[in-house]
Amino acid sequence: MSLLELKNIYKIYGELHALDDVSLKVEKGEWVSIMGPSGSGKSTMMNIIGCMDKPSKGQVLIDGVDVSKESKKNLTNIRRDKIGLIFQQFHLVNYLTAVENVMLAQYYHSMPDEKEAMEALERVGLADRAKHLPRQLSGGEQQRVCVARALINYPEIILADEPTGNLDEKNEEIVVDLFHKLHDDGTTLIVVTHDPEVAEVAQRTLVLRDGKLSKEIVNENFTGKIRFDDQNPF
Amino acid sequence: MKKRKMFFRMITASLMRRRSRMIVALLSIAIGATILSGLVSIYYDVPKQLGAEFRNYGANVILTATDGSFARADMQKARTAVEEDDLVGITPFRYENVRIKGLPIVAVGTDPESAKKTSPYWSVDGEWFSSSEEVMVGANVAEKFKMQVGDMIEIDYSPEEKTDSAPESGVINEDFMYATVTGILDTGGSEENYVYMNLPDLANLCESDEKIDIAELSISATSDELKSYVDKINSTVPAVHASIVKRVTASETTVLTKLQALVLLVTIVVLALTMICVATTMTAVVAERRKEIGLRKAIGASDKSIIQEFMGESMLLGFFGGLLGSILGFVFAQQVSVNVFSSSISFRPLLVPITVIVSIAVTGVSSLVPIRSATDVDPALVLKGE
Ligand SMILES: Nc1ncnc2c1ncn2[C@@H]1O[C@H](COP(=O)(O)OP(=O)(O)O)[C@@H](O)[C@H]1O
Ligand SMILES: [Mg+2]
Repeated sequence: MSLLELKNIYKIYGELHALDDVSLKVEKGEWVSIMGPSGSGKSTMMNIIGCMDKPSKGQVLIDGVDVSKESKKNLTNIRRDKIGLIFQQFHLVNYLTAVENVMLAQYYHSMPDEKEAMEALERVGLADRAKHLPRQLSGGEQQRVCVARALINYPEIILADEPTGNLDEKNEEIVVDLFHKLHDDGTTLIVVTHDPEVAEVAQRTLVLRDGKLSKEIVNENFTGKIRFDDQNPF
Repeated sequence: MKKRKMFFRMITASLMRRRSRMIVALLSIAIGATILSGLVSIYYDVPKQLGAEFRNYGANVILTATDGSFARADMQKARTAVEEDDLVGITPFRYENVRIKGLPIVAVGTDPESAKKTSPYWSVDGEWFSSSEEVMVGANVAEKFKMQVGDMIEIDYSPEEKTDSAPESGVINEDFMYATVTGILDTGGSEENYVYMNLPDLANLCESDEKIDIAELSISATSDELKSYVDKINSTVPAVHASIVKRVTASETTVLTKLQALVLLVTIVVLALTMICVATTMTAVVAERRKEIGLRKAIGASDKSIIQEFMGESMLLGFFGGLLGSILGFVFAQQVSVNVFSSSISFRPLLVPITVIVSIAVTGVSSLVPIRSATDVDPALVLKGE
């Protein structure tokens, strides 16, 4: 059973088919990139996988359970327990310190634990910035706080929408390195990106065009510990 | 309770680290709380303040004799029925018919020191009488006899049976006294027709025991309290009959009721304005923090926890606003009291927790609608690029 499976997903806004019959499977521990031009439906797909939105048609299976018909409240619970989110604009709460932002995710999930939150910041190399407010951090540092927040509750899937879109090359590298670490630890990663350099380090890259999956590129030179060689029909 | 600790850490961080934003909300709540607690102070102190003020317009309880006249001891007994703090003054009066230059005049025996307290509006040209050779005459008397301050006059006493019949000739004045006119009394009322002297002097002149016809009491109390005092006097002192001067107390009550109604009305208007202000501010706060709300929801916040957090913030604001307001409110009430009634009000410690609780409740209620709208925010908006 795949960790995530989309079956004939449609998202229709009036006349516009933001997603048009998309099917895909992601296995546990896999690292998948999603590319595509602006407006091709990448964020729409992320919203549906991340349980923030429902498809107009089709099924979304997480751990074999169809979540596409769940109520808003249940979607919140599923999102909280299974999904870690990373955004292009970081979205840190601006009046909370780095460590408090990480603890926020613990707070909604179960119990805030400052020690554990500090360990997560250590993992992203920000232990010495824990007491800083977001505005006192650089963009790269903010994004690393985001990564720490996304991984703090050990989610089954980490979804990242353009995680390096607002970063310079150096910080982009740091974030990609973090993804490598997460992947090595067995986390499932789905990364939306414009940047081919970020995309091509994944095990495979899916290309969206006008709401349809148009292409799949498998990375033969994938350097991570875990490899999936089985072909994925979509 | 680590979760609760994080909750308070978050809401205090939101208020402290967004100080410039929250200061406006805090001020509006504090100003509302100030005016409310100040008005409540005034509302409760006004009757007392005005009561004292009203006592300038004369006595509000009158003691008459149940049988002819009564003794000073009866008056003292009635006096003890009234709380010392409420009693402004009690003044005895005895009326006797006397003659000056052969013409009949009413002489009044009283106690000048207490008369000054029960009738503070009496205006005296010259001095009040004090020693036994001194009298004060009403303005009409002074005019009739062309008297001036410093004049020496003779006052004759003739028993009632004799004064009734016309003094044609050969009437022998058995009792008389000489006295200096120390002052001329101006009241605008019938008091201007009398001659005033000390109560014992009048008894001497009449060669009788000291007795009292009526006594006037000035009591600082509400009309209900006044009624209970009157009842108490009537049941404990059989020699006197106490009654309320209706005209005085009724107008006092009317003025008080109108004033309190006005204060109440202003209170309601201020309350409404404060609520509108808080609701507007919270609406702005929620609009401004849509992204943050979306983010919180995206990482797993339920509608309930969003409401709790914003409610927590606004109630914390209500707490600080109320605390500030109860202190400023006392200062405000004090200023009003000093400037309008020229007397200070007492600090009521109970008003602090009450103001704080009311302020928290008012802030909470006015934030309800804006905060509910926070739950409408769609978590998907965090993925919308901007
Ligand atoms: N809430 C919405 N209402 C109407 N159209 C939308 C909405 N969200 C997205 N779209 C449209 O759906 C298409 C795909 O959007 P999106 O998934 O954000 O693209 P991408 O992230 O690939 O740039 C776009 O044409 C966009 O205008
Ligand atoms: Mg997008």
